[in-house]
Amino acid sequence: MFKSKKRILATAGIAATTLVASLVAATAPAAAAVDCAPYAAYGKHTGKTVEFNTSILDPEKSTFQKVWKDFESCTGITINFTGTNQFEAQLPVRVAGGTAPDLAVFPQPGLLAKMVETGKVLPAPASVVANVDKYWSKGYKDLGSVGGKFYAAPLGSSLKSLVWYSPKQFAKNGYAVPTTWAQLTSLADRMAAKKQTAFCGGIGSGGATGWPATDWVEQMVLREHGAQVYADWTTNKVKFSDPRIQSAMKKVAGWMQNPKWVGNVKKIATTTFQDAGQGIPSGKCMMLQQASFYAGQFPEKNIIAADGDVYAFYLPGTNPKVKTPILTAGEFVGAFASRPEVAAVQAYLSSAEFATAKVAEGGWATANNGVPLFKYKDPIQRLSAQYLSNKNATAVFDGSDIMPASIGAGKMWTEFTAWFAEGKSIAAVTKALDAAWPKS
Amino acid sequence: MSDFIATNVPKFTSLFTAMAAFFIILAVIFVVAGFVNGKIARPIALVVFLAPALLLLLAGLVIPTGRTIFFSFMNPNSDGFVGLENYAWIATDPGVRTVLFNTALWTIVTPLFTTALGLYLAVMLDRMRGESIPKSLIFMPMAISFVGASIIFKFMYEYRDPGDSQIGLLSAIVQAIGFGPSNWLLVKPLNTLLLMVVFIWTQTGFAMVILSAAIKGVPTDVLEASALDGATGWKLFRGVTFPMVRTTFVVVLATMVVASLKLFDIVRTMTGGNFGTSVLANEMYSQIFVQFDAGKGSALAVMLFLSVTPIFIYNIRSLKRERSSK
Repeated sequence: MFKSKKRILATAGIAATTLVASLVAATAPAAAAVDCAPYAAYGKHTGKTVEFNTSILDPEKSTFQKVWKDFESCTGITINFTGTNQFEAQLPVRVAGGTAPDLAVFPQPGLLAKMVETGKVLPAPASVVANVDKYWSKGYKDLGSVGGKFYAAPLGSSLKSLVWYSPKQFAKNGYAVPTTWAQLTSLADRMAAKKQTAFCGGIGSGGATGWPATDWVEQMVLREHGAQVYADWTTNKVKFSDPRIQSAMKKVAGWMQNPKWVGNVKKIATTTFQDAGQGIPSGKCMMLQQASFYAGQFPEKNIIAADGDVYAFYLPGTNPKVKTPILTAGEFVGAFASRPEVAAVQAYLSSAEFATAKVAEGGWATANNGVPLFKYKDPIQRLSAQYLSNKNATAVFDGSDIMPASIGAGKMWTEFTAWFAEGKSIAAVTKALDAAWPKS
Repeated sequence: MSDFIATNVPKFTSLFTAMAAFFIILAVIFVVAGFVNGKIARPIALVVFLAPALLLLLAGLVIPTGRTIFFSFMNPNSDGFVGLENYAWIATDPGVRTVLFNTALWTIVTPLFTTALGLYLAVMLDRMRGESIPKSLIFMPMAISFVGASIIFKFMYEYRDPGDSQIGLLSAIVQAIGFGPSNWLLVKPLNTLLLMVVFIWTQTGFAMVILSAAIKGVPTDVLEASALDGATGWKLFRGVTFPMVRTTFVVVLATMVVASLKLFDIVRTMTGGNFGTSVLANEMYSQIFVQFDAGKGSALAVMLFLSVTPIFIYNIRSLKRERSSK
């Protein structure tokens, strides 16, 4: 026992020494080059630590730490990044137990609202309010607000209103990227006439089978009826059986359940969403409505660019009264502590400087319109940001994340799967969903 | 690997310390109890030997059962009573009706089929030359978990558009003999039967081995005597062999009934309960861990518990009867 302990201590010692050595080696030349002028406004907080609690994990974690390294060395604040995939389960426990983190990154507004109910989340400091007013459109501020009070600034955002396609296949067939719904449908008809499958589809996702179908319905509710009906729908003020929701679902049925465009409708239910788009580069199927994160589903040999193997275009609106409708997802940073160093980190994270440095690392987009679009590393993120940061866009958040889990992460998945797989009628699906909406 | 050990040494240390402490305390209690004699010696011995088991039973079985029953009368967050609402939901919801129907189908079809097939194989292979080889092969799937077997069969049932090269065995065969492939897992009620195939494939070997052991337990003189009386083939099986392995047959059948009542992994892995294939255990899981409705989930768990109980009672009683008759 004693002997092995000694050996472990020795190993740990060596590890620590090499770590320190490598840190010294890594920081020594960089330290000289840091220009602290941009960080002067955040003040000096030497020796202070701020906990940043999130569900974000590596490799995303390291890019965050890389981006805010200069901020840390100039302000003297150490940002303690604590990432866990159990974030949503653990945060309520920590808050109830009085050990809430300084900053929490809420992956959806529903959890923020739940935490605000506890009274422990603090309203955003003035500096953050100023940043959000300056850089984000009002829709995002509303998403970070509960009961009219603003709590959490948006961090990363992703765009769900995209249609993936192959620029090479489009060029080969002489197709142009559609910019209106009418152009999209006539393009799909042209493809059908050439015996091509216009739309790929797949809603299989193991225990979460059905979620892509919820996205399609959300897209159409927003596109057909606008943000207000959408918001009322997510809070059940507008029922599923409401004629407006049913008409949006009919629009989806005419699109993703149209055998002329998608081929075998039922197969969509047994195709996984990961497999759905694999036919795009080869032209087996031509278009797939999926979020910006879908870029990661293509094999690395496929170049994702406007002239590459795969790329995406914005899913056009269907109702001219709804201006640039976009469905988004993203995180929000809320604070449980009001110490000056916490406010400083919060202000920095909502600044255009942070966002600009972060997008240059790739794989990340923000709705912060203080970020010049050319700073984006990935074309697809730049395209997303173009819509996310559009001040005139009608931006809403993924509705199934806002609805109660029993609907948004349960009944809606299974009912929409039955709609695709078993041909269950829209009337029956909406009736079952209304019946399942939790009372109280 | 050495890193893993190094970082986990504190965990292992506390684990072993806790285990050592447990045994030391037990040893002390035993030693102290050993010094007791006279009238109270026997009651004390009973308490000392039974207490640990009873405590564990209480913590691991009785309390959770009680809590589940308690929760089944409460709302999704378990912070307010809703009376019989969750049970009313089970009785009236059309989705749950499908679930109950499927569970009933599973508990009738699979045990009968598995046990009968196991018995058939046991009889047919009995005393065959080299019987251990086919038996081992049939028993082998038993070593595969339900999840593993489900993934294998999911590939077998995989569907590609007609004309494309089929990667699913079933569709490939059907296409090769000139029919169009079918999206097997979507066809009701065939899909539930196809899921049952997975269960039957893994469990038949188990039934066969147990029943085969029982058949080998039938005394040879009985068999010879009935052969002298002219009983052969089917007559011998019906009149002699089967009655003598009947108890084993029923026990295997009951085990299969319980296993198919509790069945979860196959449905979860292959369809996730979609396409009208969900069963009680899968629905219970979805309610509690996907939709966070502890009330409805607990009510389903109670239903499951209630339907398993009579079979256990029957099993225990028939075991008792057998013991007293010997």
